[in-house]
Amino acid sequence: MTTRTKGTAAIVGPGNIGTDLMFKLMRRSEVLDPRWMVGVDPSSDGLRRAKTLGLEASHEGVDWLLAQDELPDVVFECTSAKAHQANAPKYAEAGILAVDLTPAAVGPYLCPPVNLDFNLDAMNVNMITCGGQATTPIVAAVSSVVDVPYAEIVASISSKSAGPGTRANIDEFTETTSEALEVVGGAKSGKAIIILNPVEPPLMMRNTVFCAIPQAAAEAGALRDRLEESIHAMVARVQEYVPGYHLRADPQFDDARDLWNGMARVTVPIEVKGRGDYLPEYAGNLDIITSAAARVGDMMVAHKLGVDSGWVATDAATTGQEVPA
Amino acid sequence: MSTDQNSATAPSPVLFSGGVDVRLTDTTLRDGSHAMSHQFTEEQVRTTVRALDDAGVQVIEVTHGDGLGGSSFNYGFSAVDEMSLIKAAVAEAHQAKIAVLMLPGLGTVEKLHEAHNMGAQIARIATHCTEADVSIQHFGAARELGMETVGFLMLSHMISPEELAKQARIMVDAGCQCVYVVDSAGALILEDVSDRVSAIVAEIGNDAQVGYHGHQNMSFGVANSVLAYRAGARQIDGSLCALGAGAGNSPTEVLATSFERLGIHTGVDINGVLAAAEDVVKPFIRRMPIMDRSSITQGYAGVYSSFLLHAERAAERYGVPAHEILMKVGEYGYVGGQEDMIIDVALELRDGKKKASV
Repeated sequence: MTTRTKGTAAIVGPGNIGTDLMFKLMRRSEVLDPRWMVGVDPSSDGLRRAKTLGLEASHEGVDWLLAQDELPDVVFECTSAKAHQANAPKYAEAGILAVDLTPAAVGPYLCPPVNLDFNLDAMNVNMITCGGQATTPIVAAVSSVVDVPYAEIVASISSKSAGPGTRANIDEFTETTSEALEVVGGAKSGKAIIILNPVEPPLMMRNTVFCAIPQAAAEAGALRDRLEESIHAMVARVQEYVPGYHLRADPQFDDARDLWNGMARVTVPIEVKGRGDYLPEYAGNLDIITSAAARVGDMMVAHKLGVDSGWVATDAATTGQEVPA
Repeated sequence: MSTDQNSATAPSPVLFSGGVDVRLTDTTLRDGSHAMSHQFTEEQVRTTVRALDDAGVQVIEVTHGDGLGGSSFNYGFSAVDEMSLIKAAVAEAHQAKIAVLMLPGLGTVEKLHEAHNMGAQIARIATHCTEADVSIQHFGAARELGMETVGFLMLSHMISPEELAKQARIMVDAGCQCVYVVDSAGALILEDVSDRVSAIVAEIGNDAQVGYHGHQNMSFGVANSVLAYRAGARQIDGSLCALGAGAGNSPTEVLATSFERLGIHTGVDINGVLAAAEDVVKPFIRRMPIMDRSSITQGYAGVYSSFLLHAERAAERYGVPAHEILMKVGEYGYVGGQEDMIIDVALELRDGKKKASV
């Protein structure tokens, strides 16, 4: 095998998520070249769009992709949990890295700033959920400083950005995200809530993270300062690949209360403004998961090839547009 | 016994047994949970269920105020696990069925199975009025369990009768046997209710029944319930002593007495239900629901009733008036479940910031 500095990517599932991911890879990854777009519907807009942008596009499914002379380094699965469960063994057999954006969770849950380093050699990784990408970093930031016996998140998204897959199986969101708050976030127990709001103009994605913390950490002092620093540092790390991720207000600390079973609490309000690569800005929920997936694919393939990822963090470099602060 | 004036504009199929003109569902032990900060004891549940069951109320709802799985920082933790309360209620009920509420996105099918195992017989699945399709999974699961089903279209004032009817159709096609016009904000006034009930009756015909759940924020709960019945609603919600979110629910004891005076048979014994309210529930209420500046503002601004106590707590924590928080919440169009936004709004009011995205 000759030394390569670039890798190739296939996107399976040419819907909104797959299309946004394609634009992100084209604009922001210096390592990955999105070469294939795969679907099952010949009349798919996403396949047509990919073709006009120079990708090889087919409606003949994953078997078509795997029959090509050249195979991708990485496949981004943007279909459904059921489809990924069927496809995962095929990717594994062909030695292709799979970045799974469905709730199938064949591989470990992955959130780039929290646990990518431990999973660089995995062959299948799961991107949790949009709410998981937005909130597990904060829980991890808190649990790296103090014990978190319980973490709870509320993700509010605009109705327009909740696709048919999310709507048909909303339990998958709450169950997967809750588990990730424990496995990735480091909380002893986790709970996730998702709310769809139809107001016009559409609301930006909002997430509230509540963590139970020791009373000492809720009181002014060095421990609370460290907790706040840890949260702000984590926000900065997420911003490296999701520039629209920010705190709506400073973390709020509340003393222990009887009504909270004697727990003290930190509340972290987060807003995610989408980058508008393909999807509108209010769809921060979709942007954060496609951004995280693109980032993960990019870094894992760079690791495999032994090159720097060279992620393009600003829009200015590619489009000349200014990024809103 | 119905008079001509009170007969329905369209006949509904008898989907429940009970031989009544309208079935009252008492939600003291669910919607009332909000007013009790979710601190119901097992003893309170047992005595309330016994009294309601004796009075002939056919359905009694028992769950955390925000439905199955509602115990949380965002909505308030339950003092006693809701599954224990459901089990206790089932043990006390002889003729009444125990219902549970669940909000997809918060509660899950797994919780529904647990409640069913405790003996709950009716699943009430609630979504925001425009988001009925998130409930399809849960209606399917409830019907598979053999549970009777009810669909809750919350904050029904936010959309037109025609739009609401379309959402009702989604629920019915998913297996819902009665769709409720849920006036979560107590914002609907008279014809606002009958127009919505009529539109749903016209859409779903004999495929399912229609129900109405009212709040007292602007005092219309009982009057709206009568108009809902006249427009074809066959299931109506109430709470003893109005115990519920905001200014409380339509009082079950007033619904029963009013319907009896109108010659509409509910099967509820008046003396029994008055005793349940006066002797059983009233003594344990810590704070009677009232129409005050904050709760009336909720009706006026169309704000989810259970935001009330959360707004009062945020008002105290951040030093801003609760009614101002609630007015802003209405302005921004926050929906049921977004209690966390109350903190956002309180901070915004305190800091004088505008709600601009960064």
